[in-house]
Amino acid sequence: MEEGVVNEILQGPLRDVFDSKQLITDISGSGNNWAVGHKVFGSLYQEQILEKLRKSAEHCDCLQCFFIIHSMGGGTGSGLGTFLLKLLEDEFPEVYRFVTSVYPSGEDDVITSPYNSILAMKELNEHADCVLPIDNQSLFDIISKIDLMVNSGKLGTTIKPKSLVTSSAGAVKKRHQKPFDAMNNIVANLLLNLTSSARFEGSLNMDLNEISMNLVPFPQLHYLVSSLTPLYTLADVNIPTRRLDQMFSDAFSKDHQLIRADPKHSLYLACALMLRGNVQVSDLRRNIERLKPSLQFVSWNQEGWKTSLCSVPPVGHSHSLLALANNTCVKPTFMELKERFMRLYKKKAHLHHYLQIEGMEESSFMEAVSSLSGLIEEYNQLDATKSMPVEDFPRLSIAV
Amino acid sequence: MSIVTVQLGQCGNQIGFEVFDALYTDSHCPQGLCSKRENEAYQASCKERFFSEEENGVPVARAVLVDMEPKVTNQTLSKAAQSGRWKYGQHSCFCQKQGSGNNWAYGYSVHGPRHEESIMNLIQKEVEKCDSLSGFFIIMSMAGGTGSGLGAFVTQNLQDQYSNSLKMNQIIWPYGTGEVIVQNYNSILTLSHLYRSSDALLVHENDALHKICAKLMNIKQISFSDINQVLAHQLGSVFQPTYSVEGSCHYRRNPLGIDWQVRPPLSGLPTLGKASLNRGLHFNMSIANLVILRGKDVHSADLGGFKDSALYTSWLEPINAFNVWKTQRAFSKYEKSAALVSNSQFLLKPLDTIVGKAWNMFASKAYIHQYTKFGIEEEDFLDSFTLLEQVVASYCNL
Repeated sequence: MEEGVVNEILQGPLRDVFDSKQLITDISGSGNNWAVGHKVFGSLYQEQILEKLRKSAEHCDCLQCFFIIHSMGGGTGSGLGTFLLKLLEDEFPEVYRFVTSVYPSGEDDVITSPYNSILAMKELNEHADCVLPIDNQSLFDIISKIDLMVNSGKLGTTIKPKSLVTSSAGAVKKRHQKPFDAMNNIVANLLLNLTSSARFEGSLNMDLNEISMNLVPFPQLHYLVSSLTPLYTLADVNIPTRRLDQMFSDAFSKDHQLIRADPKHSLYLACALMLRGNVQVSDLRRNIERLKPSLQFVSWNQEGWKTSLCSVPPVGHSHSLLALANNTCVKPTFMELKERFMRLYKKKAHLHHYLQIEGMEESSFMEAVSSLSGLIEEYNQLDATKSMPVEDFPRLSIAV
Repeated sequence: MSIVTVQLGQCGNQIGFEVFDALYTDSHCPQGLCSKRENEAYQASCKERFFSEEENGVPVARAVLVDMEPKVTNQTLSKAAQSGRWKYGQHSCFCQKQGSGNNWAYGYSVHGPRHEESIMNLIQKEVEKCDSLSGFFIIMSMAGGTGSGLGAFVTQNLQDQYSNSLKMNQIIWPYGTGEVIVQNYNSILTLSHLYRSSDALLVHENDALHKICAKLMNIKQISFSDINQVLAHQLGSVFQPTYSVEGSCHYRRNPLGIDWQVRPPLSGLPTLGKASLNRGLHFNMSIANLVILRGKDVHSADLGGFKDSALYTSWLEPINAFNVWKTQRAFSKYEKSAALVSNSQFLLKPLDTIVGKAWNMFASKAYIHQYTKFGIEEEDFLDSFTLLEQVVASYCNL
């Protein structure tokens, strides 16, 4: 809803990739106000948005999925983005809606981000098929780790330039000028790996609709924690198998997750491993057997693994792994968000900016909090089953 | 007599290719260890069963390829064409763009009815090319969405349309520790539906095939291609021509055999048998066993161990329950080879395990909404569970 970013893209190296007629911009932005994005710009641009969507959809032989990429803390991405979500559900009910949401970090410079995020969460709860939460702090930690590796100059650890998950062209030196570019590249790689099996051949393919089918056991619990490995490739490769196994181990460590979460110490509902490159089914089986004992799965899904093998590796790597986990470790993120919201809301700080928008009332806030609380409670109930012994349900008895 | 193969889904198509390749390679193997005339008879019989002739002489597999997304079928078609030795028919392939999302309900209730006419037409065309049809060989997996759901639907249709022909389903039992999270649901739905419409279920477990690759063949980095090739080798040694009567020179006309069905005793046990392929003797109770010997010294082989009545159930005499097929023509360069096809309690434990896991998941209602979205309700699940518990109990009581 403001022109700066879109214009920059249109003047940049990828300008020919985007259809310049498929753009919608406004001038003044949403002022970090969810209500402005959702209610004001939503109704203002609804027709235009629908028209352009239909046009894009017409070009597709078979439309399977929408990707929505936005942040939760601002006004446009959060407000207009979630308005769009509802629109897509009404207009294209059979098409999956995958949302990549950037959640506000602890030290976030937008004061109203808790309000925006909670209001957006309600929409995500109700209208998204699958959400991949990301947070900036985790992305920043990852690039710091890479920098450390690159600059440490340890003996025998030169890194292949093209293999950094943070840069598309191996421009190692330019990093500190634009940290967001490097961080965003990680998310871009996430989406690339997510779709790789749909785009390339492999011995065990996995489409996007299979992600939703396998990883969402109950409609509400559709938040997936993601991790990407490897982050870089070492140039001297002596022990290929160990490197492969290390890749699997890293995928479950809390340092590689794209949000602040520790899946190993929480409860897994389901887990997907999407492999690219020269990895075969035996490597996969060996590592699942190896890592299974250290992970806790919910009682009715003890072998809750979904796997896929794509033959084509990403640029600069010989193999890579994307792990998607439906795990109760997302709970702390949501609980923290709720706490920050309550701190602001109790004082009624900045509330008037929202309430002055037509269609917004205090009840909108209450409903949003209640939706989030419900979600947290579901995760709580699952966590409570963690330490309980696994019991089989009595089977049907048949008269022979 | 000819067999029409229907390959469904990624698994079915990948395996189907390996099977035809193995059959072709074996039939054109120069070291048959038998006379030239015999070799020619073998080749002709194999060709009639599995391939049809085209003008330029390249044999065309009698197969229909079905998948709901194009990548695998395109790959399969081109791999066969590139080999230059045999190929698939140009118009034998049906595919869509969308996939089934590992959802049995989507494969069965959405893709099935939607594409019923096109798929059955393709099969009909293939059937018309056969002088005489012996039956259908349907290759599918149980864990996914297309092979399992659409496979069950197609088998049902074949039962309605070609009720006099034999339908044998080759089903792939998934790895115990997950390839697909909802594989247990998909498996029980598939099995319960196939029980009502298939004549025989030939089962291969991925875990068993994997072990063969690891322990018997010492392959370090096992790929699905390796596994499929082992599978194709086993199937080839069962389906290639054999003599119909001891000492006769004519190859058995009906390749799928008439002995697969077992007559039930008065107590009314189910007539549909489940056959499993394994290479060793297990002390599971058998209903029936079939041994196929190929190569040198077949006539002097001692099969007394198979005729032991301790192996078989009390209501069937070993003479009825045990059969041997022999041929001197060696298979695939092996001087001697043997295959055992067995209808026994071998699959009892895996079946029980899958039903148990699916039941636990069902009791928590996990993932059910994904199925009810496309018309498979909880009652359908319960029906499936009931039927399979009956099968488990029947096998237990052997």
